[in-house]
Amino acid sequence: MKSFNPRAIGLALLGPAIAIVASVLVTTLVIAAVGSSPGDFWSTMFDFPKPRSRVDIINQTAMIYTAAVAAAIGFRMGLFNIGLEGQYTLASYAAAAFAGGAYLSGFANVFVSLLIAIAVGAAWSAIAGILKTTRGVSEVISTIMLNSIAITLVGYLLNKYGVHEGNTVHTTRIDLVSGWTPFENRDGEIWTLVIIAILAGVGFWVLLNKTRFGFDLRASGQSETVAKASGVNPHRMIITAMALSGGVAGLIWMPALFGKATNFGLGTTFQAGLGFLGIAVALLGRNRPIGMLFGALLFAYLSVKSNDLTFATDVSPSIVQITQGVAVLAVVVAYEVVRRWRARLEQRVVSQELGTATEATA
Amino acid sequence: MRRLTKLSAVAAVAALALAGCGSSDSGGSDGGSDKPAASKDVCKTAKGDGPKIGLAYDVGGRGDQSFNDSAYVGLKKAVEEFDGSCVEGEASDGEPESAREDRLRNMADSGATAIVGVGFAYSDSVNAVAPDYPKVNFAIVDGFDPDTKPNDNVAYLTFAANEGSYLVGVAAAEKTKTGTIGFVGGVHNDLIKGFEAGYVAGAKAAKPDIKVDVAYIQESDLKGFGDPAGGKAAATGEFDKGADVVYHASGASGSGVFDAAVEAGDGKWAIGVDSDQYLTATTAQKAHILTSALKRVDVATYDFIKTVNDGKPATSYTTYDLKNDGVGYATSGGFIDDIKSDIDGYKAKIVSGEIKVPTKP
Repeated sequence: MKSFNPRAIGLALLGPAIAIVASVLVTTLVIAAVGSSPGDFWSTMFDFPKPRSRVDIINQTAMIYTAAVAAAIGFRMGLFNIGLEGQYTLASYAAAAFAGGAYLSGFANVFVSLLIAIAVGAAWSAIAGILKTTRGVSEVISTIMLNSIAITLVGYLLNKYGVHEGNTVHTTRIDLVSGWTPFENRDGEIWTLVIIAILAGVGFWVLLNKTRFGFDLRASGQSETVAKASGVNPHRMIITAMALSGGVAGLIWMPALFGKATNFGLGTTFQAGLGFLGIAVALLGRNRPIGMLFGALLFAYLSVKSNDLTFATDVSPSIVQITQGVAVLAVVVAYEVVRRWRARLEQRVVSQELGTATEATA
Repeated sequence: MRRLTKLSAVAAVAALALAGCGSSDSGGSDGGSDKPAASKDVCKTAKGDGPKIGLAYDVGGRGDQSFNDSAYVGLKKAVEEFDGSCVEGEASDGEPESAREDRLRNMADSGATAIVGVGFAYSDSVNAVAPDYPKVNFAIVDGFDPDTKPNDNVAYLTFAANEGSYLVGVAAAEKTKTGTIGFVGGVHNDLIKGFEAGYVAGAKAAKPDIKVDVAYIQESDLKGFGDPAGGKAAATGEFDKGADVVYHASGASGSGVFDAAVEAGDGKWAIGVDSDQYLTATTAQKAHILTSALKRVDVATYDFIKTVNDGKPATSYTTYDLKNDGVGYATSGGFIDDIKSDIDGYKAKIVSGEIKVPTKP
């Protein structure tokens, strides 16, 4: 099934290609409709990024990718974890508060903070899993509500225990982990903890394809009854998958915390919205480790480059949200179209081969 | 599985689309008039030889009829007066710290000599960028220096918003008939708590037994500054509980507070914030806007650019308060003409230092 057939690869790439073309078309139409120049827009967007933008794109890709992996763990199991946003907000706050407390020093502080991020994300997410298995509450509803609770809770805790400075409030500042500076110092550095994204991606692939748990996860996602018949405990699977998804979500913002931010502050250092981007990228990449990598790169590129728009054009940077949204919608439609087309092609191949086979035996 | 994918795709697109709506809504409740204003933008036409100014907006950007628009007014005045040119950049919701830095660097690289970050969110990014551009002068509205190393090319423009709020608190207390007034804050953060503290103190000074109903749209989520529906719900709740004057400090959510006053009927008032909001309100709202607490971001922006143009750029902290008319109250509409002398009496006492306005509730 996984043979390197050029036509199969071509078909696999056809879906994303159609989606990108569609999103380019729609974005162009929208820009033209409001009376701005699509030419200016695209030439700005395709202009090769400045060194500092290249650094930003890599750092952003890492965080979006981690978010996508977190979403994909749920999706592969058939769980729609929209709660990534709340999970990583709460986990980021907890980790930043612990790191700021400086109970440990150096590497140990970073390591334990990461463990706390995972634990808090997993615990917050598991609430939705427990609600689903014990009370039958849809995880879609409960995770949305848990998002609101998480952000309000974090705001309350920050106000109460945070450091008030100027008009802001944030957790105690911490020492950064120095990263890699590929260009000049002023162009910024690629954060060390970007490695989390790589580990998450590899770990996700291994988990899915090489472990019993991964098999159970995929089986439960495809057919709950079959999974149950083959000895999978659905309740335990739901809670474990939610916790795992939330645990990975807890790590989303960690590269930024130790690479650049030094503290957690709502509306200042903390970058909100990565959870929702992760869901979109998981869909764009069809929950596949490599596919999501390209999706994350595309989204990071669009977001970072959109900052140049206000200088070169009169198009609002918000326009890239349309591009991103259409890409997600189009990719789902395009995959369905390609899937049907491929099925028809395969049928034809099979019938041809059957035909020649019958002729040969005759 | 496949059905789930479709369902989730729709939900994800909706989330993205709604995020888009959110930021464009906060960009202007009247999207129609927003666009032509932007194309008439002074930065598109001004090509003078004077100073080149960079203005980096906070989330919401042009068209919020309050904070960001006020900065633009100051920019426009400066560009026209000094025959300069300008570049603008707008923050998007949930953007990373690196995006703010990139915006400031883009401006400095494009030759701007005076760069103003609108909003305290720029404090860290200016602190990171300023040392790399020693010849460029930066200013941050509501900003502060996050570390102990002073920057000799950064000005921090802060406002005694509690003093302006104190005066509208006096106005609210003198105008109320029910003895109950309301406050609607956008987000329960330290900045907005200063507005609340001043308002409550002013109201109690004018009428010691007054009841002040305080509500915040969001505890911590910055969406509270761009949520007219949330503003309306909060204000309606206060009107229902007997308040007849409601002061808002909630940015673009304020239009919802005004609508709530309109629906509450005659004799119900709302008080605007930052800009003179009577001037930008709809006709129906105008009859209900008692006054506005002014926070002259335009004056601060203009003053800073002027110092750069004069060759003596402002640095370190500058506080705009009642003494230098950096904050104040608006009289448009003429609804408070009868109590103006009372309010000015309190104003004189604050300026002389006889009254100390609290900064925390």
